[in-house]
Amino acid sequence: MIRKIHTLEITKNIKEMCIEANYYLSADMKDAIQQASQKETTTLGKNVMQQLQKNLIIAADEKIPICQDTGMAVVFLDIGQGVHIQGDSLENAINEGIRRGYEEGYLRKSIVHDPLIRKNTKDNTPAVIHSKIVAGNTLKITVAPKGFGSENISRIFMLKPSDGKEGVIKSVLQTIQDAGANACPPIVVGIGIGGTFEKCAIMAKEALLRNLKEHSDIPYIAEMEQDLLEQINCLGIGPGGLGGNTTALAVNINTYPTHIAGLPVGINICCHVNRHVTRIL
Amino acid sequence: MIKINAPINKEELKKLRAGDSILISGIIYTARDAAHQRMAESLKKKERLPFDVQNQLIYYMGPSPSKPGQIIGSAGPTTASRMDTYTPDLLDLGLGGMIGKGKRSSEVIHSIIKNASVYFAATGGAGALLSKCILSSDIIAYEDLGTEAIRKLEVKDLPVVVAIDFMGNHLYGNALPGTNCTSL
Repeated sequence: MIRKIHTLEITKNIKEMCIEANYYLSADMKDAIQQASQKETTTLGKNVMQQLQKNLIIAADEKIPICQDTGMAVVFLDIGQGVHIQGDSLENAINEGIRRGYEEGYLRKSIVHDPLIRKNTKDNTPAVIHSKIVAGNTLKITVAPKGFGSENISRIFMLKPSDGKEGVIKSVLQTIQDAGANACPPIVVGIGIGGTFEKCAIMAKEALLRNLKEHSDIPYIAEMEQDLLEQINCLGIGPGGLGGNTTALAVNINTYPTHIAGLPVGINICCHVNRHVTRIL
Repeated sequence: MIKINAPINKEELKKLRAGDSILISGIIYTARDAAHQRMAESLKKKERLPFDVQNQLIYYMGPSPSKPGQIIGSAGPTTASRMDTYTPDLLDLGLGGMIGKGKRSSEVIHSIIKNASVYFAATGGAGALLSKCILSSDIIAYEDLGTEAIRKLEVKDLPVVVAIDFMGNHLYGNALPGTNCTSL
């Protein structure tokens, strides 16, 4: 059965999701920040964690963006094969939702129209859109506004197969060490291992969307997530980079088959304002 | 908690040490990437800067828009290292210090020592909380830059930490090891 979804409905939802994502964090993120706050041992680190918790309360109560960097809007679409999208073009509908959300939500417009000429588009468009055609007759939309303090220090490594698990761990620790305070720790680490150059990067970004209470379905990867989290928190970078044992809240890893000659690793870092909202139409 | 006023008094500044928690009250100015670029162009052309930087603090911050009736939107610090190339010239002109987040280059650290200035870290991503310390906000230059315009802010008890003091002691890079470590 073909299901019809009008682009006006998509625009309206995207608009609301932009605003929601920037004012409220998901429950798992809030819980992770609270738990880390209780475990932090340094005075400066504890102060930062308390500020972050107060910040979330003020943002939600007064409807102020959690962070002034309200991000570049990254939109993931899982488009059911049984869905027929009617109206405007899907891309226009998404960008119209971004435009309205950023305007009506008093969100910062941080996008420049050309990476070198750098003139602000003044409406935070365009979004970065990743779409997949999947089975079913629903449209799943995720809006994840991405701040660039942490985006700027994300990395891709094209490792050799012989580098193995140790090589992956070394690359992740090096990335986070280099990032220091710039990533706005405590961070969430999204990692994509395998695939191709672009596939590992997209997997890393998708890994940031996963509920922090869930782990990889693959037992050895779930173990690696836990090991990496412990090792990252031993780096001592701490909340705000001022020292402490809370550098990361979670490590989420996605994997994909890859070529006999390669071991691509994408590491996408997100600050403690790891924003994402999902709706299913 | 140490309270200081801005613009800053150079003698007061010398009492501050890396790691001290500070509350800043008074007047500060915002400037980030594009505003620094324009100020650098002005200096090259021997033109006057939009404000006299003597003893002033620059806050690396571009706020989200204010709602009607609101003084300013979310207002946390941005990454300071992107301003590193511009900072020594401003410090040589008498700039009192900077507020941002993250490490500075060795050139900036040397310039901080040479000019006896200071670099404060505010908490990145705490923009809603920090906005509550801002009593007034006026755009004084480069209005066309939108969020990147230069704003004159009146602040009360803005919470920061001394990240680099006037002697060049710095907090970043000397982070304390985590206490739960067995593997490292």
